[in-house]
Amino acid sequence: MHPYTNQGSQDTRSGFGAGLLELGRRNPSVVALCADLTGSLKMDAFAKEFPDRFFQTGIAEAHMMGMAAGLTIGGWIPFTGTFANFSTGRVYDQIRQSIAYSDKNVKICASHAGLTLGEDGATHQILEDIGLMKMLPGMTVIVPADYNQTKAATIALADHHGPAYLRFGRPKVANFTPADKPFIIGKADVLVEGSDLTIAATGHLVWEALEASNALAAQGISAEVINFATIKPFDTEALLRSVHKTGRVVTAEEHQRHGGLGDLVAQTLGMHRPAPVEMVAVNDSFGESGTPAQLMDKYGLNATAIVEAALKVRNR
Amino acid sequence: MASIYDYPSQIRRDILRMVHQPQSGHPGGSMGCTEFFTALYFDVLRHNPSAFSMDGRGEDLFFLSNGHISPVLYSTLARSGYFPVAELSTFRLINTRLQGHPTTHDGLPGVRIASGSLGQGLSVAVGAAQAKKLNGDKHLVYTLHGDGELQEGQIWEAAMYAGAKKVDNLIATVDANGQQIDGSTDEVLPMGDLGAKFAAFGWDVLHLEHGNDLDAVRAALREAGTHTGKGKPVVIIMKTAMGHGVDFMAGTHKWHGVAPNDDELARALAQCPETLGDY
Repeated sequence: MHPYTNQGSQDTRSGFGAGLLELGRRNPSVVALCADLTGSLKMDAFAKEFPDRFFQTGIAEAHMMGMAAGLTIGGWIPFTGTFANFSTGRVYDQIRQSIAYSDKNVKICASHAGLTLGEDGATHQILEDIGLMKMLPGMTVIVPADYNQTKAATIALADHHGPAYLRFGRPKVANFTPADKPFIIGKADVLVEGSDLTIAATGHLVWEALEASNALAAQGISAEVINFATIKPFDTEALLRSVHKTGRVVTAEEHQRHGGLGDLVAQTLGMHRPAPVEMVAVNDSFGESGTPAQLMDKYGLNATAIVEAALKVRNR
Repeated sequence: MASIYDYPSQIRRDILRMVHQPQSGHPGGSMGCTEFFTALYFDVLRHNPSAFSMDGRGEDLFFLSNGHISPVLYSTLARSGYFPVAELSTFRLINTRLQGHPTTHDGLPGVRIASGSLGQGLSVAVGAAQAKKLNGDKHLVYTLHGDGELQEGQIWEAAMYAGAKKVDNLIATVDANGQQIDGSTDEVLPMGDLGAKFAAFGWDVLHLEHGNDLDAVRAALREAGTHTGKGKPVVIIMKTAMGHGVDFMAGTHKWHGVAPNDDELARALAQCPETLGDY
């Protein structure tokens, strides 16, 4: 049985808000911008304590991205905040030209990613953002698993020079990362050691992977669980080290199969060590309205789905 | 010592030769804005070409939003001393720092943002202007935009923000040449009264009727400087002629993105005396 306990469910966006506030106090170069979603992004505390370093842009995400790029000229470290859909697809060209190609030190912080945004439905439930962002040369992509890890990742980003995308979400999920664990960009965490298969998970699916490992253990199957909180740069060594031992992988993410962690794992294994892969991910469809739990169940993104995929990959 | 009046003809020669070599590039808008670049870089801008720094503290900043007129930017930067004039011969060629559209990617001194995909430069300039305020830096931020570029929605997001938030250390200039790729702006998408539009967004609007008269441009930029710090961003609606300086290229959209052939180059260069020495 995995050794992690839920210290009390919290939303990852609140981890971002707490991290940003701490950065505000710790690093006088940090500024923040938000496009009319300050409450949803949990940026209000920063805005209140540091009004001169907070820029409310109104509902103008394209402008916000350009303005963030401009703020870096002069030495500031801007953190932008809006929903993941409006942080990526809506402003892809602005990010591509004014931030990524221009090598600007902008931290694009994106909440309400994926199906767990819930009732607002598919217009807002972006499931393509990891793919969009990891394709951009030089872009760091981080998808933390819980409140504590999101807070630590936010803080770590201020000391990392270069454009970065930080993806988090709306619902309260299990918080199991130790509060004092620093976030190391580019390093995956082996959460549970195992020998029969590897579960490579990211974001909200990491806790589900831990729960799945318990269910598998009850069936006598030893699953190794790795949290790939950094999608890019990808920790190839951590994946290969594990697969040399287990020989097979289940990937788990709240994203499309196309372009996500699953793609990345399959590509990496194809190039270095071919092995069977099953993907727990959305299979080329849009989401819909519903509660987060209903949606994760309907689209097969939970511990049950991971167990099924594990049994399948074991027989390949 | 070169006179400021020597620059426009030489810069036009550079533009023509730069686009002729790869048979690629945008001479029309570049030649229309030659007096603007001369006035800005050789008279108005408080800058430090010999020690370029990305963060630009303690300097005025300029952002070219309509990046396709890179030839006039590169010629002006080189002749200001940002990089060797000889490097102009590499424009648009493989392994060059002088990419078709400006970029920071290759470390070219004088460029602080990539531009080319239109409509993004005003937002960047607003951010840089806000950074100056945070830094207590009293220097100014300048931009240039095409009039056709104002059809991009992001321009008006930035315009609304700058007016509402009183970004008054910013001077934008619109190259109102009335031309874009598919024809005149009135044929493609009439934009009405640009000055009234900016005024409605809270900007201080200045009009420059003769954007190809060097002294008129210098006066307009100096006048604009006196309008900063008064609670409003400043915009100059500057009328120019695309292709100005060569009779058969002037006043038409046809030379927006077309390079002259050998014969056309010779005829064009004959109208632009070599005042400062070709690269």
